[in-house]
Amino acid sequence: MSVKLSTRQVGDVTVIDAAGRITLGEAASSFRDEIRNLANKGEKKLLLNLSEVSYIDSSGIGEMVSSFTTVTNHGGQLKLLGLNKRVKDLLQITKLYTVFEVFDDEASAVRSFA
Amino acid sequence: MLLDSTLDSVEVAETEVLKAAQDIGFGEDELHQLGMAVRESMVNAVVHGNRYNARKKVHLSVTQDADRLTVVIADEGDGFELNELPDPLAEENLLRQSGRGLLLIRAFVDEFQVRRGEPTGTEVRMVKYLAKAS
Repeated sequence: MSVKLSTRQVGDVTVIDAAGRITLGEAASSFRDEIRNLANKGEKKLLLNLSEVSYIDSSGIGEMVSSFTTVTNHGGQLKLLGLNKRVKDLLQITKLYTVFEVFDDEASAVRSFA
Repeated sequence: MLLDSTLDSVEVAETEVLKAAQDIGFGEDELHQLGMAVRESMVNAVVHGNRYNARKKVHLSVTQDADRLTVVIADEGDGFELNELPDPLAEENLLRQSGRGLLLIRAFVDEFQVRRGEPTGTEVRMVKYLAKAS
């Protein structure tokens, strides 16, 4: 099973809803391409909703970090929403909690971009 | 078990190890951790070790004991020096795209050893204990 991505607007925030597994191969690259396309289109406020993501491996984490750098370099922000315990553990182990802003509820996440 | 140097082998190895782990009674969280450690190790063997070379194989060995599962994954690549790899937790490396696989393996198994294979390659040995008293 791969990752499914869809985007929606909440005010001026672009929410990317991801579902499935973000692992080495097609899933990780489609994830990277989606975020790059949004950054290239000038979207500055990106919220990645991972609440339906069941599994991320080190390649998936790498693509999240790479996407963070891409968006930041375009003058934007990429924040995370709805991490399950296993994904939270991964961010703890890799110290990426110090890099990403993480939210449990969408309204707070959206307000944080203001 | 001999596996081809393809990403399909990652799935095969994960399935094989999880079946063995389930047999001796590992719980859901432990299975997830073990599965992830095996995936990361297999990706290292296929991608970084054998570099997808069709002539090279990945060797998988799974040993069940009453209290633990031992998994050995060996490639036929050029090998690497563990202490020469950048520390993925160092401030300057946090935004690197790659280099976190071994960190995750270490976090998810109880024992982890890397050694050079004979005559070439890298052998990773991982042990996870059942209901480890800690």
